[in-house]
Amino acid sequence: MIDVGNQTRLLPHSTAGWLALVAFAIFWAILPWFVPLYYIELGTSAMIAAMLALSMQLLVGATGLVSLGHGAFYGLAAYAVYLVSPENAAQPIWITLPIAMAVAGLAALAVGMFSLRTSGFFFLMVTLAFGQMIFFVFHDTKLGGGTDGAYLGKPLISAFGATLDLPRRQKPIGIYYVALIQLLSMYIGLAVLLRTLFGRALEGIRVNEHRMRAVGFDTFKIKLTAFTLAGALAGAAGHMWALHRGFVNPEIVGWHQSAEALLMILLGGLGSLHGPILGALALTGLSEVSQLLTERKLLVEGLVILAVVILLPKGLAGIRVRKDHAADGADHG
Amino acid sequence: MVEQANTPVLETQNLQKNFGGLQATRDVSIALHRNELHAVIGPNGAGKSTLVNLLAGELAPTSGHILLDGEEVTALTTWRRTRAGIARSFQRTNIFLPLSVHENVRLAAQARGSLARAVFHRASRDGTLAKAADTAIERVGLTGVRNRIAGELSHGEQRQLEIAMTLATDPKVLLLDEPLAGMGQEEGERIATLLQALARDHAVLLIEHDMDFVFKVADVLTVLVEGAVLASGTSQSVRDNAAVQFAYLGDH
Repeated sequence: MIDVGNQTRLLPHSTAGWLALVAFAIFWAILPWFVPLYYIELGTSAMIAAMLALSMQLLVGATGLVSLGHGAFYGLAAYAVYLVSPENAAQPIWITLPIAMAVAGLAALAVGMFSLRTSGFFFLMVTLAFGQMIFFVFHDTKLGGGTDGAYLGKPLISAFGATLDLPRRQKPIGIYYVALIQLLSMYIGLAVLLRTLFGRALEGIRVNEHRMRAVGFDTFKIKLTAFTLAGALAGAAGHMWALHRGFVNPEIVGWHQSAEALLMILLGGLGSLHGPILGALALTGLSEVSQLLTERKLLVEGLVILAVVILLPKGLAGIRVRKDHAADGADHG
Repeated sequence: MVEQANTPVLETQNLQKNFGGLQATRDVSIALHRNELHAVIGPNGAGKSTLVNLLAGELAPTSGHILLDGEEVTALTTWRRTRAGIARSFQRTNIFLPLSVHENVRLAAQARGSLARAVFHRASRDGTLAKAADTAIERVGLTGVRNRIAGELSHGEQRQLEIAMTLATDPKVLLLDEPLAGMGQEEGERIATLLQALARDHAVLLIEHDMDFVFKVADVLTVLVEGAVLASGTSQSVRDNAAVQFAYLGDH
């Protein structure tokens, strides 16, 4: 018998599933030893995208809230890093990371207070509107260099006086591991959160919010908590982006950041927490490959995504070795 | 207990609900008492479901008051009312279909807890809630299907699950909107026994179409016609009421 109950959960359903995740994490951790510098930097970009998509999964896959303003919190956090970094010195990570997350989280709290009073299509539009408001703050004012963007003075990772000031050839490797640690922490943190009673309440809201209110849940407060937390986590991704690229521009605040993160979730799978990570890595890889093969990068990307959505309704995370079939065959034979 | 006998648990005063020109609820004043099964009957369109929705906070009344233990709850939202002790079941089954029976009821039991507690407690390790859920499941007789997925249950079992979920919120008042809808004879018997047991420690408001069933289980009856109370009193007095016989029962 199929245990449908587990299918609503976003975590691996078996020990084998968890082992596959650990194996993948180990593979990803030793990758920098075997590939050229260019691909290490690409891997870092992919992990940052994965963090953004993962933070958004707390809204989309866990709570059933589809927002188009999520990317704005990510971009806002990147700008926050720029704004608190001095010209000629590195700002320690234990200052930049909490500030970036707090700024993004507070912005999400404010936006959530208004937008979560609506739902469905209206929620999508209201979050889009708020996101674009944040975009235009950076696009139309000189706060962060206007439309041109701005460079961080010293985009170095430092903590407690020690600075990760590696030689040119090794610096991307350092940043790669800092991103990997954050991505892993975020996955584990969310996996723990989804197993709490709070995680169950989010699941209840996704399945039947009306019933949740009828049994006595303050669903607005629960959704606002999730929205704020997701915003703060998007802030962690934006923080990493600023340190990785050493550059901020209005493009990272725009609505297409949210759309791209949604696409990664769709590609990787709505029904799992690791889906958005797979989706982000796949989309980054796909973009790279299609750029090499053709001038029509977006066309190739679009066709591949269309094919995945049609052929794999559960996304890339839905692909697994069909053990059930083997067992069925044995029964019938 | 004795001194409380005359204080209603839930009371409405001149409750009125207009939908544009339509008066769905007209000047309804009823009282639910502890340990009493109060049935509301009436023809289709009499405003029975509107009344439940007003009591549960799903609809806001145009005028009038709703009192719980003598305190005004008219302006409270649905979830605050459930926390205050008014739980309702739905006419159309409204459950968490992909979750197991136990998870459905545990979620209902969880609602009262604080958000901070929820964030720091592993769901699978919470014994108190699991126990509260199992008690409610046992009470409605679903222990045998505790681990089944709600969406796979029979219609009758889903109706029982509805009641278990309302019970798990630890209510003072149960508002049961046609709990028998679509049930067979035998299941009906079981629900009758259950409702009478529930009325021993709750105030129960029952909306029901089946007249035989209502006369069998109800202590007090209120007849609604076109949104207004036509008659209210003990089962026998309502049965003997000439106006009721003419306006409603006579139609049979």
